[in-house]
Amino acid sequence: MTAVLYDVAGPRTQRRVLIGSVISGVVFAILVVIALLRFNAKGQFDANHWEWMKQGGTWRFFANGMLLTVRAALTGMVFAMTVGALLALARLSRLKPLRWLATAYIEIFRALPVLLLILFGYLALPRLGIDVSPFVALVLGLTLYNGAVLAEIFRAGILSLDRGQSEAAYSIGLTYSQAMRLVVVPQAFRRMIPSLISQLVTLLKDTSYGYIVTYEELLRRGKANADFDSHWLISSYLVVLLAYVAVNFTLSRVAQRLEVRQRKRYGAGSIQAGTEDLAVLAAAGEAKVSTT
Amino acid sequence: MNAVFDHLGDYANGWFTTIQLAVLSFLFAMAIGLLIAAMRVSPFQPARVVGTAYVDVFRNSPLPVLTLLFWFGLPKLDIGISRFITAMIVLSLYTGAFLGETIRSGINSVAVGQSEAARSIGLTFTQNLRLVILPQALRTVVQPIGNIWIALVKNTAVASFIAVPELIYRTSQINTAESQPVPILIGAAVGYLLLTLPSGAVLSAIERRVAIKR
Repeated sequence: MTAVLYDVAGPRTQRRVLIGSVISGVVFAILVVIALLRFNAKGQFDANHWEWMKQGGTWRFFANGMLLTVRAALTGMVFAMTVGALLALARLSRLKPLRWLATAYIEIFRALPVLLLILFGYLALPRLGIDVSPFVALVLGLTLYNGAVLAEIFRAGILSLDRGQSEAAYSIGLTYSQAMRLVVVPQAFRRMIPSLISQLVTLLKDTSYGYIVTYEELLRRGKANADFDSHWLISSYLVVLLAYVAVNFTLSRVAQRLEVRQRKRYGAGSIQAGTEDLAVLAAAGEAKVSTT
Repeated sequence: MNAVFDHLGDYANGWFTTIQLAVLSFLFAMAIGLLIAAMRVSPFQPARVVGTAYVDVFRNSPLPVLTLLFWFGLPKLDIGISRFITAMIVLSLYTGAFLGETIRSGINSVAVGQSEAARSIGLTFTQNLRLVILPQALRTVVQPIGNIWIALVKNTAVASFIAVPELIYRTSQINTAESQPVPILIGAAVGYLLLTLPSGAVLSAIERRVAIKR
């Protein structure tokens, strides 16, 4: 994959590669050692900075936080997928006003920070006479934003399908909605699965914005533990970070595997949609595309 | 509506801080991204391993967690830096991972024959990269890099967690004073749209200009 950039190394290059490897390895090791020394000098390795880990109760506290995080992300995902599917169909519809409205929604909500939308649910809705819990405010923000993003993924999925599919459906007498429901959407959906998993990772990351609206997710629990004893601060946040990275990394890898498999099956017809997280996907034509 | 128009100055202050934060972070992120991409296509295996690990960790980290870890954690190590700089570092590290990955896939998207042809006329690795691969690779990544820029502008909102006076933080201050969340939050939304929508338009213009006609 990367080997096309250089020839098979001769003896001189091999020597240089070895020297380069040793030097970069040493530099990296030195950086790590400096960081560790710094930790050590400030007593971060002292037992009292990590002792909370001996208490099963704290781990249960964190595990519950993780569950609440996952609950918000999955609830948001289900609603966002519903909104996204409706928006995608509206944007592909033959009714001009409907198309126009869906396009406006997608372009505007995709261009706003998800934090702003979460705050809207939290601060503005009560003022409009709708009382919402922190959970609802968070899920609402996630839905408004990700609905717009998922709409583009759905649309790209539907458009990625060969025209022959819908033409064949019409030629045997199916109506527009039958063709969509029976022929186009089922095939398009399978192609979207990697992108959907990637978007779930984004949702999982974004649930930590729920911290600001006092939703009891993992980050807030980490902060609670850190505030309990100031010695525990770095260790608490590191554990929270590690938990997120572990879950998201696993999901990202699954999405990546599926993506590679689909590229083999469908070639260039797989999906490209433009958000930060799918930006990597959009860099075209590479066999091993990474997603988040 | 007066709640919004009385505070246009505050909005503008926050808006400019948001732009500053986004632009500076983008520059540093670009430096990190180029370095990471170079590491990931280099012949040195340790460099590839470190580059991959970096991307995997930062792309999968939630920004709010990184922000709080750096803001509360660094002082514990006696490293005192301002709120703005902390936010800038976090956003650069995070965005750098995405940029690195994008630039790398851009490099890999250039047809193998290009690189082979360059080598066959005797260009070295660096000449090959500089004269043949990168000029083509950068064109294919214009759109994804632009999307990362837009995402970065939106992500600066996380700086409000540590009271950097950017647009969201200013907005919540205005709301504390006026207590009219509906128009005040819409005002902030307009502020973000004024940044993200033109960015998108400029981006598609650039993309059309540099597109490779095949």
